[in-house]
Amino acid sequence: MTSGRRRLLLAGAGAGAVSLLRPVAHAQTLLSPPDELAALVKAYTQGAVVLPGKVKLDISPLVDNGNSVPITISVASPMSATDYVKSIAMFNEKNPQRDVIRVLLGPRSGKASVSTRIRLANSQKLIAVAQLSDGTWWSHTVDVLVTLAACIDI
Amino acid sequence: MARALITVPPSPKKGDVIEIRVLIQHHMETGFRVGADGKVVPRDIIGKLACQFNDGTTTEEIVSAEFFPAIAANPYFTFNMIASGNGTLTFTWEGDNGFSQTETAALKVT
Repeated sequence: MTSGRRRLLLAGAGAGAVSLLRPVAHAQTLLSPPDELAALVKAYTQGAVVLPGKVKLDISPLVDNGNSVPITISVASPMSATDYVKSIAMFNEKNPQRDVIRVLLGPRSGKASVSTRIRLANSQKLIAVAQLSDGTWWSHTVDVLVTLAACIDI
Repeated sequence: MARALITVPPSPKKGDVIEIRVLIQHHMETGFRVGADGKVVPRDIIGKLACQFNDGTTTEEIVSAEFFPAIAANPYFTFNMIASGNGTLTFTWEGDNGFSQTETAALKVT
């Protein structure tokens, strides 16, 4: 009799644990789909292959205040008339909107490096993408930790 | 007119790569925030910045940037260019609600 009741209780606890775990796993896939950034970049590059390298997204790994975060994006390129950086773009993972900035450059720039200040709503992944004049795409992905968020709760 | 700050190196050598820094006063309202009355504050941002260089005969675009709400208030932007000769740099900002401002700066090489 007692052993039967215990078995029932154990079974109940097990079922509870399973039903608790499931929504958590589900919420995680909803919050951060692993390939959302990749899909965004693919839409921007119109399906071209994006390789890691050449681009450097310079940002502090730990951000105290997400309202104004200095960033610098530089691309290793001689910036000559035949070999230069055409465009630079940056995307984020968890701000209300995924776009951050898009820049068009030319051989007159002399050096492919731009900087600005951005807002970050959460600890997240950032990606900078650049297209060279030969049509190849390069990228750099960075993880940042944000302690005070911007955009959402001010 | 919003206040704009443009920093150009005072006397670069001809052919040097110089860094130009620009900043304009603008609150860059994202359109995602809720105001005190519970309504969403409408978006009001600067969407575009373009820089052109005129050396007296020809005008060419050096750089153009597209800003999104993720750009912080008082948008600051730096870029590089080759100081090819004397001339005028023209900066044009365009944004929501008909915002448009043009500023110029002189480039003098030695």
